[in-house]
Amino acid sequence: MTLLDIKELTKSFGGLTAVSNVTMHLNDNELVALIGPNGAGKTTLFNLLTGVIVPSEGTIAMQTDNGLQVLNKMKPYKVAQTGLARTFQNIRLFKDLSVLDNVLIAMTAKNKEGFFSSIFRLPSFYHKEAALRQEAIELLKIFDMQDQIDNLAKNLPYGEQRRLEIVRALATKPKILFLDEPAAGMNPEETADLTRLIRKIQQEFHITVLLIEHDMSLVMNVAERIYVLEYGQLIAEGTPTQIQQNERVIKAYLGGES
Amino acid sequence: MKKNLKYNLTWLAIMVVGYVVINLLEFAGIIDQFGENTMVLIGINIILATGLNLIIGFSGQFSLGHAGFMAIGAYVCALITSSVATPMGMAIGMIAGAAVSALVALIVGIPTLRLDGDYLAIATMGVAEIIRIILNNLKITNGPAGLYNIPLLATWPVVYFMVCVTTLIIVNFIHSRDGRAVMSVRENEIAAESMGVNTTKWKVLAFVIGAATAAIGGALHANYIQTIAPTDFGIMESINILIIVVLGGIGSITGTFVAAVVLGLLDMILQNFGTLRMVLYSLALILLMVFKPSGLLGTWEFSVRNLFNRFTRSTKQKGDA
Ligand SMILES: Nc1ncnc2c1ncn2[C@@H]1O[C@H](COP(=O)(O)OP(=O)(O)O)[C@@H](O)[C@H]1O
Ligand SMILES: [Mg+2]
Repeated sequence: MTLLDIKELTKSFGGLTAVSNVTMHLNDNELVALIGPNGAGKTTLFNLLTGVIVPSEGTIAMQTDNGLQVLNKMKPYKVAQTGLARTFQNIRLFKDLSVLDNVLIAMTAKNKEGFFSSIFRLPSFYHKEAALRQEAIELLKIFDMQDQIDNLAKNLPYGEQRRLEIVRALATKPKILFLDEPAAGMNPEETADLTRLIRKIQQEFHITVLLIEHDMSLVMNVAERIYVLEYGQLIAEGTPTQIQQNERVIKAYLGGES
Repeated sequence: MKKNLKYNLTWLAIMVVGYVVINLLEFAGIIDQFGENTMVLIGINIILATGLNLIIGFSGQFSLGHAGFMAIGAYVCALITSSVATPMGMAIGMIAGAAVSALVALIVGIPTLRLDGDYLAIATMGVAEIIRIILNNLKITNGPAGLYNIPLLATWPVVYFMVCVTTLIIVNFIHSRDGRAVMSVRENEIAAESMGVNTTKWKVLAFVIGAATAAIGGALHANYIQTIAPTDFGIMESINILIIVVLGGIGSITGTFVAAVVLGLLDMILQNFGTLRMVLYSLALILLMVFKPSGLLGTWEFSVRNLFNRFTRSTKQKGDA
């Protein structure tokens, strides 16, 4: 079943067309990779899909419990509430808050507060807090970060900051998770571990993952389908084997970048 | 759950003990009329500054218009208590003042809180100026001459009670899911939005709560000083409140308390220095900012929970040894 349907999406910055006429779709419960050289427009595409920037043209539609919903021109928080979560290539954690708070904040949208129960500290306030805390810790455990809960996000080592970004996104209980180069700056071993972990959570949580990576070899083992972006345009789509044999991809990758 | 009850009861006990101790000190003659005056003014400043700290320190929005909302509370409450000069009138006056102030904050907050940093500061300053000019020209507020003979209803027990109430509301708000959402706006707006946090809503809400507490501070001010005029609520008053927040530590409510007390006492001591007073006061501020730019307490908060935890840990260690 198609979960997210993207049609003829275009975004221009002045004269530069960063994303040009992109049509793609994401199915329920699959892991898709989006690859392409630096500057291809991958991050811009993520920003369009999550409402951070508004498309110049095209539509984004999401299959929700209330039928098909058009996401373009929705505010980012609304988009997030319909079930799209993301991480950022340039890490955007809540730096001066604890690891636990970073995760708990992602849970607020789905766990509204009663103003009076919190001001008067009614028992229901404490029950809910304890339950959320437990849930957050369970998520952190998956990424082996349960011992870090009281540390400030800014004091985490780089690799763990990237992991926390993923945990935080998962805490919103998304239907679709966008990961923007989650392994950037990691060594090959860490990258392989993380990629396996991403595959694992995708299957355990039954969510759709769209994984950005500029290094093609990393996603070959985990992705079910791959989209290739170059100069803002989709140049190929297919299974890893198909992509590996695609002329244009070989040219873009072997001809251009090393 | 038992533990939470213990922490909350401890806080309640601290408030009651504080009240009793001050009463005893007054009874023993250690706090005289002059001392009580200082105490009331410190209390009012605490109320004003905790509200501003919520806006600046927790939602990360720089407001320079706090005196405007203080003025609304002062005038509304003064007008109400002038016809109903009873504690009940005072209560109604404070609630009405807070409500009007909150409404104004809501109306001006939605367009202005889209602005960032310096622009927001200037916009909020403009809002406070507009409020002041309106008060200056209305008939009911008696124009530039202002209101006088306002009944003395903000006695120190009333002020003490209101300090407890407003602090409790603000602190409990900050330490809740709502409060975390507010802080996420300060930390990173784009990330907060992407996690489903409606950043505009939380910014405006923090601004509205801050404005309502400013109005309560203003109401107490009016019914303690007993005369008010539009000039009392100019930019200098906003800056005075800002100084308390910055000095105590942006983002620390405990710091706001400490700074309000320190500045209140400093001001009292310097009364004897005549015109030198403002120079010495400013000098003290400059020195503090040079040597402790994050404010007296940074973002540190006093917490009963941590106190208990430390206590139980140290007794355990003694037991082990
Ligand atoms: N806000 C912006 N304003 C102007 N140009 C932008 C903006 N964001 C991205 N670009 C440009 O769009 C192109 C695609 O960038 P990006 O999406 O970050 O690529 P990728 O993530 O694939 O490396 C680049 O040329 C970049 O400079
Ligand atoms: Mg990128």
